[in-house]
Amino acid sequence: MSNLATTRREKKANQGPYGKLGQALGELDDRLGVAKGGRTFLDKIFPDHWSFMLGEIALYSFVILLATGVFLTLYYVPSQALVTYHGSYLPLVGQKVTQAFASTVDLSFKVRTGLLMRQMHHWACDIFVGAIVVHMARVFFTGAFRKPRELNWTIGTTLLILAIVNGFLGYSLPDDLVSGTGIRIAYSIILSVPVVGSYLGFWVFGGNFPGAAIIPRFFILHVLIVPAIIVTLVTVHMVLLVRQKHTQFPGEGRTEKNVVGAPMFPVFMAKTTGFLFIVSGFTALLGAFAQINPIWQFGPYDAARISYAVQPDWYMGFLDGALRIFPAWSFMGFGHTIPLEVTIPAVILPGLIFNLVFAWPALERKFTGDHEMHNLLDRPINRPKRTAAGAAIFALLAILFIASSTDVIANFFHLSLNTVLWAMRFLTFIVPIVTYPVTYKICKELQGVANAGKRKTANVVTRTSDGEYQATPSPAYVDDVAHELEPTPVPAFITPGETESNERGVRTVDR
Amino acid sequence: MTESHEQRTPVALTGLREDDPRLQPAARHPETVERVIAISFVLGLVLFALFGYFFIVNAPAWTLGATLGGGMSLLGFGLVAWGKYLMPRGPFVEERHTLANSKADRDAFAAAIVERGGGVIKRRKMLGGLLGGGLGVFSVVALFPLLRSLGPMPKGTLFHTDWRKGSYAVDQTGRRIHQDDLTIGSLVTIFPEGTQDTDRGQAVDQTVLIRLSNADFVTQKGRENWAPMGYVAYSKLCTHLGCPVGLYEQQLELLVCPCHQSMFDVTNGAIPNFGPAPRPLPQLPLYIDASGYIRAQRDYDQPVGPGFWERS
Repeated sequence: MSNLATTRREKKANQGPYGKLGQALGELDDRLGVAKGGRTFLDKIFPDHWSFMLGEIALYSFVILLATGVFLTLYYVPSQALVTYHGSYLPLVGQKVTQAFASTVDLSFKVRTGLLMRQMHHWACDIFVGAIVVHMARVFFTGAFRKPRELNWTIGTTLLILAIVNGFLGYSLPDDLVSGTGIRIAYSIILSVPVVGSYLGFWVFGGNFPGAAIIPRFFILHVLIVPAIIVTLVTVHMVLLVRQKHTQFPGEGRTEKNVVGAPMFPVFMAKTTGFLFIVSGFTALLGAFAQINPIWQFGPYDAARISYAVQPDWYMGFLDGALRIFPAWSFMGFGHTIPLEVTIPAVILPGLIFNLVFAWPALERKFTGDHEMHNLLDRPINRPKRTAAGAAIFALLAILFIASSTDVIANFFHLSLNTVLWAMRFLTFIVPIVTYPVTYKICKELQGVANAGKRKTANVVTRTSDGEYQATPSPAYVDDVAHELEPTPVPAFITPGETESNERGVRTVDR
Repeated sequence: MTESHEQRTPVALTGLREDDPRLQPAARHPETVERVIAISFVLGLVLFALFGYFFIVNAPAWTLGATLGGGMSLLGFGLVAWGKYLMPRGPFVEERHTLANSKADRDAFAAAIVERGGGVIKRRKMLGGLLGGGLGVFSVVALFPLLRSLGPMPKGTLFHTDWRKGSYAVDQTGRRIHQDDLTIGSLVTIFPEGTQDTDRGQAVDQTVLIRLSNADFVTQKGRENWAPMGYVAYSKLCTHLGCPVGLYEQQLELLVCPCHQSMFDVTNGAIPNFGPAPRPLPQLPLYIDASGYIRAQRDYDQPVGPGFWERS
C-alpha cells in the first residue's frame, strides 16, 4: 500500500507506457492470457486480391439478413388463422386472409421502415446465395479447395444448400398466392420420392396439403433452426480459415510457406468494416429503389387460385427449369407409381449436382494423384480440364435457369411454346457439351500467349545525337514483373508428357 | 531491379524501421485522399441525420432507404479508402507453420486411442456390444417422437376427395350451380357443398366445371353419361405438381397449367397433349337433378393430383 498513487502524475507513471488502455489489457491478460494470441491475430496477414472479397459479400449479406430478420420477427405473426384484413392497403380490405399474410402486409405499410427492412431482407437473401455461388466459383477455378482445405469446401457447399433451403422457407412465410404455389410444388416434390414420399409429405406438413402446421413450422425452421446451423458452420468456416491461413496467388516473394498481404489491424480491419458498410448501403439502396416481392399485389394464398408467369427466386430457377423441360415420363407398374417426371429433375438432379460438388476435391485427388499441400492458387488457364469441367456445370445450370422462363420467352419473342421447350431440351445437352472443349481450348491457347492478363508497357523511343531512333521497351509494371502470377509448373501427372517452355511467348503445346 | 521494386519485396511486420517505405501510405497525394474521405464522412453524416428526420416525419419508404443506404455507402467508401490509401502500404509477409505434427506426436495420439481405448474395449467385448446395441435401439426409438408425431399416416387420404354420391356442386361462395348458370365456353371452379371454405376443400376437392355444348357430352368411351348438357368436370389439380389448372384456352378447348405449361384436352378426357404432366386430369361424373342442379354421381375413380408411390 506504500506505493498507492496519489497524484495524477504518479498514477500515469504506474500505468506504464501504454496508458489506461495498456493497463486494462494487462488486467485482461492476467485473467485470460490473451496478449500473445491477440498480437498474433492483429498481425495476421490477409492477401490482397479482389476475388477474396466475394466471400466477404456472402458473410456481410448474412449479417444484414440477421439484423433485418430480427426486425421482421418483431411484427410477423406465424399463424394460418384466418382474419379479415382491415389495413391501409385498400384493395385487400374486407378479404379473409391468414394472419401471416395480414401481418406481412401490415409490417410493410404500418411499421416505419418496415417495408425497407422487408425489401432489404429479401434482397440480402438473393445477394447472399449469389455471393456464395460466386465465391465457390472462385475457390473452384483457382483450386483453393485442394489439400488441406477440403473440409472447408464441404462446409461451404453445405452452407450453400442451407442458404437455398432457408431462402425458400423465408419466401414461403408471407403466405401469398405466389409463395403458396411454391409450397404446393415443394409438397408434390416430397410426395414424388419413391416408397416414403407420402409419409415424408404428411410429416413435414402435418397432414395432407396444405396441413395446418406449415407456416409455424417453416417459421421456426427459418428463424431459429437453419440460421443456428448456418451461424455454427460459418464460425467453423472462419476458424478453419484462420487456422489454415489464406491461399494466395503466386507472385513476388510469395511461396507455399508464407502469406503476403496487409495486416489484420488496422489495414484489413478498416477495409473490411468499410466493405460491410458498402454492402449494407447497397442493399439499403436496393430496398429503397427496387421493389421486390410485392405480396399485396399477388394477394393471399388460396389453393384453388393461381397467378400467371411467375418465377421463383433466382436460386430456385434451375429446379423449376428442369421440371418444365423434363418429359412426362411416369413409371407405373407393379401396383406402384414412380413420378419420374418429378423425381428425376427435382430430387435426383440436384442430388447429383451437389454430390458432385461435395466429391470434387476427392475426385480430383484421385484422378490427378495430387496429394500435396497447396497454398498457392492456380490460374484457371493452367488447369484447363478443371476449368472446362466447372464451366460445363455452370453452363448446364444457366440453361436450366433460362428454361424456368419458357413461357415468358415464348411470349416475348412471339415463338411457339413448343419451339422454346424443344430448344431448351436440346440446349441442356448441347451447351455443356460444347462448353467443355471450347473452354479447354481457350485455356490452352491462353497458356501460349505471352503476358496474358498483364498490362502492356510503353516503348520508349530515343533519338541519338546522330539522329538515329531507338525503341526500348520500358520496364514492366511493378505488379507485373516477370514471375508475378507465374504458374506453378503443371505437374506431369495432370497431362503426362506435356512440357512448358521456359522462353516466354513460345508455345510447345501440341496441336 | 528498380528501387520501387525493392520496396515491393514483402517483409515481416515486426522490426521495421520507422521510415521504411512499406509503412508509408500508398497514396501519392495523401492530403487529397484525406480530403475526399473527410467529404464522404461528412456527407454520410448528413444523410444519416436526414434519415432520422425522414423517420420522424414518417416520410415515404424510399427516402428512408435512400438516406440510410447512401449514408452507409459513403461511410464504407471512406473507410475502405482510408485503409487502402492512408495506411501502411506493405506488402508484409507472414510465415506459415506446418499444420502437421511430428511423427512421434502422431503416434502418441493414435496410441492413446488404439491401445488405451481399444485395449479396454477388447477386454470387455460383451459390454461394448451391449452398449452398441442399446445406443442403436435408442437412436431408432428416438426417431419416433421426432418423425411420427409430426403428422398423421397418409393411409387412404390421398386416394379420396370429399365428392360423394349426390354432392351438390357449389362455387367458391357456396352457391349451388344450376344447369342454366353457365353459357357455352365458360367455366367455374366448383367444390362439393360444405367444403368450399375449408383448406382441404380448396386444396383437394377443387374441380373445374366447363360447359362445352348444350347436349350431353362424351369425353371418352365409358363416360357416356358423365357430362349432361355439355357440363364436364375435371379435377383442378395438375397431375404434374398439383398446381391449380387455372387457365382455359377457350378456342382450343385446352386447360393450361400456368406453373409448367401442361395442357389438357377437355374434349378428350383431359389427356395431356403438351408439357410435363404424365396423366389426364381425373373426370368427375355429373348428373343434373330434377331441380336442375349439378351434382356428382360419385367420387373420382382415381387419386387426384400429382403421382406418389402408393398410387397404382
